[in-house]
Amino acid sequence: MYGSLSVIEIDNMGRKLEEEDPRLLAEFEAKIDAGLKIEPQDWMPYEYRRQLTRMIEQHAHSEIIGALPEGTWITRAPGFKRKLALMAKVQDEVGHGQLLYAAAETLGKPREQMIADLINGKSKYSNVFNYPAVTWADTAIIAWLIDAGAIVNQVTNSKGSYGPYCRALERICYEESFHLKYGHDTVVALATGTPQQRQMVQEALNRWWEPIMHFFGPPDKMSVHTEKLVRWKVKLATNDAMRQAFLDMYVPKIWELELTLPDPNLHKDPETGKWMYTEPDWEVFRRVINGDGPCNKERLAVRRWAEEKGAWVKRALLNKNEPYVAPLV
Amino acid sequence: MNVTAIKDLLFRIADDKLIYGHRNSEWIGIGPVLEEDIAFASMAQDEVGHAQAYYELLHQLGEAEPDQLAFMRAAGEFRCCQLVEYPTDDYAFALIRHYLFEIADKIRLQELSHSRYRPLAELAQKIAREEKYHQMHAQTFVMQLGKANEESNGRLQAALDQLYPIAFGIFEPTVHSPVLAKEQVQPLEDSLMKAWRAETEQFLRQCGLKVPSAANFIDHFGGRSGKHTPHLPGLIAEMTEVISLDPQASW
Repeated sequence: MYGSLSVIEIDNMGRKLEEEDPRLLAEFEAKIDAGLKIEPQDWMPYEYRRQLTRMIEQHAHSEIIGALPEGTWITRAPGFKRKLALMAKVQDEVGHGQLLYAAAETLGKPREQMIADLINGKSKYSNVFNYPAVTWADTAIIAWLIDAGAIVNQVTNSKGSYGPYCRALERICYEESFHLKYGHDTVVALATGTPQQRQMVQEALNRWWEPIMHFFGPPDKMSVHTEKLVRWKVKLATNDAMRQAFLDMYVPKIWELELTLPDPNLHKDPETGKWMYTEPDWEVFRRVINGDGPCNKERLAVRRWAEEKGAWVKRALLNKNEPYVAPLV
Repeated sequence: MNVTAIKDLLFRIADDKLIYGHRNSEWIGIGPVLEEDIAFASMAQDEVGHAQAYYELLHQLGEAEPDQLAFMRAAGEFRCCQLVEYPTDDYAFALIRHYLFEIADKIRLQELSHSRYRPLAELAQKIAREEKYHQMHAQTFVMQLGKANEESNGRLQAALDQLYPIAFGIFEPTVHSPVLAKEQVQPLEDSLMKAWRAETEQFLRQCGLKVPSAANFIDHFGGRSGKHTPHLPGLIAEMTEVISLDPQASW
């Protein structure tokens, strides 16, 4: 569903940029400048590999963790149409996880290790999945607006420099656009339905607004310096630019349904064409990302349970006599 | 043709599919490997979709809309077999149930494809094309895990010991069975059961599994007359939680 390098981590544990072979580095950067893709077998600087691995891995984790809040509503979906659509949607999300783990594996990290890092808390996933889907209307808002945010983010990232990730994202966006239609249709049904349904969807929207504003990451003025990653086309748009693109596309659609948003300052500045809003509480964002959100423990506990409970299947399927082979490395 | 008998048969099949698909959908997101999440999700969609198609046949015979038949009946009105009702967080249990049910479904579909009730025959032919992949999936995994190592074999065996007698409930006849056979809508359950038993016994042995005694299989009859395990009412309550907030509303 979603992956973004909205919070950059800098570590100096590996090879520093100035230690890279200058000729290889120049060739690598020239290729990116020329709009060519970097492929798994190509030379790449350590920091590029590290940031991409981290980004694609986080994206993959977000897909499989993202399957949980919506997945619990499959068994409660009202009617055949919604039940079948929601099953297909959540199946897609897990499929995206599978696709992205494969893309990340081309950088050298095995899927099992990525999943282990998710469970032991070393590796993150999108913050938005640490919030609960309280009612059916929450799943509708997730499917519409979180998937919409994901599309803004992923269409941008699909123009990046790493071939396998770009190709995975193109496929994912194609499927996500159906999720968006499903989500919109479900929200419309509620917003144009009975007073009780309208209330449900309005309350869900109120609950999700802050997580949605957090979704694109901290404002540019608070973000870590990302010049190199922009040059390498790992990061393609700033957090604020993506948030603006999202607001521009979806706020009018929300208002069109005569739903309100819980921010009295939200408006489009007619002069600049930019959306003005109250900054969401970034302290809350930091707290949630560091493990103290409403559902962090539950999400990881479910994932851990699935891994532990299914470990015997993996043991049985793995052939011990065959060494692990990373694809294409 | 005896419409009451046909309806009875359609309710049995549709309810089996709905509840079985519902149970399998519970694995989406928590399967033992991602590929199994995806496989169970895909097969669950097929099953729930098939349920909808069978309810549609009932609707054509004068019953309510599929959504009403599926989401607005009480547990006691359901005619599914007890096998599909059991909750499970054990993949071995889910897999063995999947295998036992899919083979029964295959045999049932083969017969229904020649049903004298044309709408059912046409639907069965269409559905059989999708079900083929479910059977392949079930057989591949049971074979592989049955033979992989002692642990996986032991887990499948334990699930099989528990589920095999229960699975006979798929073939529980009803008062309408004789007329359905006479009018060549569906053969007697006993003949379906024999075919199923022959196929599953042979295959399970090839997988290194021991076929348990099924002496007490009658104990698991009852589903076809509305006698269910205590698990079904809970499942129905969950399934209808949202729609029952306002059954008249459009969701």
